[in-house]
Amino acid sequence: MNFIRFINGSIKLILKGSNAYYAWLFFLIVLVVWGAFGYADQLNEGLITTNMRDSVSWAFYIGNFTFLVGIAAAAIMLVIPAYIYNWKPIKEIVIFGELLAVCAVIMCIAFIVVDIGNPLRFWHMLPLVGTMNFPYSMLSWDFFFLLAYLIINLTVVTHLLYCIFYKKPYNKKMAQIIVLISIPMAVGIHTVTAFLYNALPARPFWNSALLAPRFLASAFCSGPAILIILFQILRKITKFEIQDKAIWTIAELMVYSMFIYLFFTIAELFKEFYSGTEHLLYWKYLLFGIGDSKEIVPYSWSSITMGFIAFVLFLIPKTRKNFVTLNIGAVLIYASVYVEKGIALIIPGFTPDVLGQIYVYTPSITEIRTAAMIFSLGFLLFTFLVKIAIAIVFENYRISDISKKEKHLIREIPTT
Amino acid sequence: MKQNKTRRSFLKNISLASMAALTATGCNMKELDEFFQRNFRTLSDKEKEDIIKNLEQKYKQKYNKEFQVSAQPAMEQVEFAYALDLSRCVGCRKCVYACVDENNQSRSPQIHWIQVLQMEKEKGIDFAHSDVHYNPEKVPEKGHFYLPVACQQCRTPQCTTVCPVKATWQEPDGIVVIDYNWCIGCRYCMAACPYGARHFNWGEPEVPEEELNTDVHYLGNRPRVKGVVEKCTFCIQRVRKGKYPSCVEICPVGARKFGNLLDPESEIRYILENKRVLVLKEELNTQPRFYYFFGV
Repeated sequence: MNFIRFINGSIKLILKGSNAYYAWLFFLIVLVVWGAFGYADQLNEGLITTNMRDSVSWAFYIGNFTFLVGIAAAAIMLVIPAYIYNWKPIKEIVIFGELLAVCAVIMCIAFIVVDIGNPLRFWHMLPLVGTMNFPYSMLSWDFFFLLAYLIINLTVVTHLLYCIFYKKPYNKKMAQIIVLISIPMAVGIHTVTAFLYNALPARPFWNSALLAPRFLASAFCSGPAILIILFQILRKITKFEIQDKAIWTIAELMVYSMFIYLFFTIAELFKEFYSGTEHLLYWKYLLFGIGDSKEIVPYSWSSITMGFIAFVLFLIPKTRKNFVTLNIGAVLIYASVYVEKGIALIIPGFTPDVLGQIYVYTPSITEIRTAAMIFSLGFLLFTFLVKIAIAIVFENYRISDISKKEKHLIREIPTT
Repeated sequence: MKQNKTRRSFLKNISLASMAALTATGCNMKELDEFFQRNFRTLSDKEKEDIIKNLEQKYKQKYNKEFQVSAQPAMEQVEFAYALDLSRCVGCRKCVYACVDENNQSRSPQIHWIQVLQMEKEKGIDFAHSDVHYNPEKVPEKGHFYLPVACQQCRTPQCTTVCPVKATWQEPDGIVVIDYNWCIGCRYCMAACPYGARHFNWGEPEVPEEELNTDVHYLGNRPRVKGVVEKCTFCIQRVRKGKYPSCVEICPVGARKFGNLLDPESEIRYILENKRVLVLKEELNTQPRFYYFFGV
């Protein structure tokens, strides 16, 4: 019963807001509807409405999935510096990191669901009712890890908010232990996702031991980028207190990750280009195109350019500590990693295909619409969760607030 | 007590309502049965029989034709293997279309289980310089040779390992098959296959009714639906009855050989003994049962 009241209180919170809040919701809902009609076409006619074909059998959807696993992982890994540097608003940082992780994981699962040919048969993948190919298939590992990660984070964050809402002391020890478990889990989900591609000898582009480390490094660039911006917004519109120093420390950590990512990529490129085996073809397709097939080249170079500018902006202390340039850098690195994971990671793995044929892939409008649907649903969910968390954590929204209103309502009913 | 009752009636109502909704959406019991049908390998013989009976009825309704659906298991002491004579193949693609006819592959969108690659003689087997869309007046073209590729029926298949739901597996006679009712369509197997042998039904498959082959195997050439993966099965519906795969029968130059590896008198054993064979991408350790050789 108490929990239902908590849910009720939360629902009341998300229904009320400023005009800007409603405008934002309206914008997201329009996108959801526009995307949903695209997805409906795909459900009716099959994945033929995408531009994927036998040669390039995975593409934009699975790329988005990979990107979001990175976001989910990085959101929690950010808890580590909060512990190490003993930042004051650690509880708040944990809560918002976990909310981001929860939303990102849900979006990940949504991207898998839209990518499979028979979404209704999803239950075949579950243990007991289905025939999960565990431990052999990396996809079942990934699914299993993501689900566990979702449950862990959802539990902690709900428990924390629930306790604050009821002015109860939360189970500090349990919360701390679960948060500490979720940190290696965060590394785990992204590593397993990398292994998903990594363990396929048929695809030399992915069959490099550096793939998992590169995944983690790039996630540590894109995930904190969202949180940096979110913390600044929260600081402006709520009582959330975070010192500039903490944000700069996050930015500093991002520079390290960017550097590590750059180093790993250069190591990979050196090996490929210097040895110049037939495996070089995939990198050639990505960076320069093969023959007349250059459609993917603008994607890769825009990702590289954005990433490089962000790296410079974050590297120079003066631009790192200036919030305008810092935010530009954060947006650029986010976009750079998005294009890298969404397109540049997946497509060259399939082009040329295993028999040497080139099928030029770029996302179809259905794919873009479906992705827009999932992203706006994810943002919608994230907006709601953040709104609830802000009210409970910073604005002292408590059980007493709704009980008062309920009494008020009861008194009102007979008169109307 | 009272509250309990209302809860129970609520549950009852809701289940009635959902049943009504199911019937309203045209979901009959058979479709529901099909939805809850388990992985083929976990079914008892009786269950398989029932499913096949239902399937034959369903095909009759859908295509207006009598289908014979078989679930004939592998024969004892049989391990199939294939050999293809590269020096004979002229790249006519007769095998491609015989395969399409025999195995009810979708005509639109077009699915071909066999891909014939045109290669340059000077470069040898070099996929990067091969062409699958060659289209001259006459084959063979000067300076080229042809390499047909279909499922290599690997001894250590990658595709079955990665399947998250065990919808694809290797049968005792070496054929790698798919349960089309269990495949979720994630296409991980397609990413894992080094030979491009797996094909996805991107749209609803279309086969003209008069061209349907009604002699089908449950794990082979029965009609598929959209959203599942399919592949060459060495014509499982034929070879388990002692016939040759249809690509072997159609080949006008006799480049295709097929037989039982465990039979010392078989043609395939003769080829392994007397010709020098090669397999594709041997560095990946997939250990194909599909050999290539130069007969002349």
